[in-house]
Amino acid sequence: MHLALLQLQNVSHSFGAVEALRDVTLAIGEGEIVGLMGDNGAGKSTLVKILAGNFPPKAGELVWEGQQVHFSNPRDARAHGIEAVYQDLALADNLTAAANVFLGRELLRRIGPLKLLDHRAMEDRARGLFRQLKSETRAEMLVRQMSGGQRQAVAIARTLLARARLILMDEPTAAISVRQVAEVLQLIRHLKNQGIAVLFISHRMPDVFAVCDRIVVLRRGRKVADKPLAATTPEEVTALITGALEAA
Amino acid sequence: MDASANFEALPRVRYGFLASQTAYVGLALVLLSLAITWLAPAFMSIGNLINISKNFSYVAIVSLGATLVIITAGIDLSVGSVMALVAIVTALLLSWLSALPVAKVPGLPTLLSVAGGLSAAALIGLLNGYFIAVVGLTPFVTTLGMLSICRGLAYVITQGHGLAIAGPDSRLFYALTDGSIHRLPVPLLYLLCLGGVTALLLRHTRTGRYIYAVGGNEASALLAGVPVTRMKIQVYLISALLAGFAGILMAGWLGSVPSNLATGYELRIIAAAVIGGANLAGGVGGAGGAIIGSALIEVIRNGLVLARVNAYWQDTLVGVIIILAVLLDRLRSRRLGR
Repeated sequence: MHLALLQLQNVSHSFGAVEALRDVTLAIGEGEIVGLMGDNGAGKSTLVKILAGNFPPKAGELVWEGQQVHFSNPRDARAHGIEAVYQDLALADNLTAAANVFLGRELLRRIGPLKLLDHRAMEDRARGLFRQLKSETRAEMLVRQMSGGQRQAVAIARTLLARARLILMDEPTAAISVRQVAEVLQLIRHLKNQGIAVLFISHRMPDVFAVCDRIVVLRRGRKVADKPLAATTPEEVTALITGALEAA
Repeated sequence: MDASANFEALPRVRYGFLASQTAYVGLALVLLSLAITWLAPAFMSIGNLINISKNFSYVAIVSLGATLVIITAGIDLSVGSVMALVAIVTALLLSWLSALPVAKVPGLPTLLSVAGGLSAAALIGLLNGYFIAVVGLTPFVTTLGMLSICRGLAYVITQGHGLAIAGPDSRLFYALTDGSIHRLPVPLLYLLCLGGVTALLLRHTRTGRYIYAVGGNEASALLAGVPVTRMKIQVYLISALLAGFAGILMAGWLGSVPSNLATGYELRIIAAAVIGGANLAGGVGGAGGAIIGSALIEVIRNGLVLARVNAYWQDTLVGVIIILAVLLDRLRSRRLGR
């Protein structure tokens, strides 16, 4: 077992009368890739939003490196090193890869009274991040000219720049081609090698089994399974997701 | 190691200035100028070139601001009316101040009246920006309303007549707005300075980067911490200020301000920006494009006159050029598979 980076203790959340999460306890270790699976409405996105700081849970605790934490907005979560990569990726496709990586955190250099963008420093740094991710993404390329896999690399490079320790990835392999899926899974493995933990939310069983160390299954807001990859099978996980198997 | 090392491994993509619509339109401008010279050699005379450059400076200055607005996926229809209203406010202040003790200080009336005119422009720009960025009205409707408000005020103030640029300080006013340095008309020099500043702003400052980001993907800009509201207010402010400044220059050029000054200019200004490569969908455009687009429109007008073609063809030809420029960009995009 890895050192627990993040722990959720008895986390519950409801929207009005709808119970989205009930008594979920979960730990994510440093550099661990945890697959989070479940049907629509199982509580996956609620869990992710709580971790990303979008709203605090109605009950339960978040423990980050042994300290209880309270996120009231995404900035708090980011300050602790939790970054979310959203499904729509949130990139400006008219800007270059480097410009997107540094958007909102531009490097500037002073020339006389002016503070101008330091294009070269940003491109060099972005190039380094892409190299670190083993991605063949060019820093000076426009995002609109990129493949889905390269876009993922840009979105992930953004989180690396912020020195993320835990990256929440919401369906990163949905809606991209098979070859690009392989590229993204490779990116996730590289993150693990650098000690960065990933919570990988996906519907795609083969992708989850390809990269994850552990699989957590949610059904109707409850955690029904939390097993190392080696101890489970796609058939069992499918049964857990659909409810054919109560718990494992 | 560096970018060129893995270049071969990647699909060949062309980007940068040479692949941009601005470059194509610049090339078209050169070819058109050569064609007109062949038809009418007088076109290339220094006098005519200076004449053309002065004529398009007014539109081009405003088009710089329009380009900023268009890059954020907005539109500013009020610029023509703002030119008129600001010119009128400036002319009024100039003649009013001439009767006051401040007129004893040479230059002061000109300075104060130009400052007053630009303050009016800033107020209009801030109002546009407030209603669009804070209240959330659409740019088209907001600035269409402002177009009408400013033109209406221009008629109310002048009662439909013109205002003369007069007073003891008017000589300085003319020198600053309509003079020339080494035969170069000052409006052209202002244009080149403002164009340089706009290009620097867009390409090399954080503000410029944010303006592109807002137009490219407003939601992601917001997520990344870009102050979207402030950026939008800023572009409408700059647009109105540049329109007001061009209006003041035109007042100096004409020697008086008719209440219908620059009527319909908003369309020519937006056309210039679009011909030069600004995309109304947002995210794309540049200072050079605004200037080249404005120049192209004026070269067509001037060329038709010199070639003794009926000048009424001008609008038709400009319309064709607008559609051609955008069509060319679309075809090129499709080829690149975007």
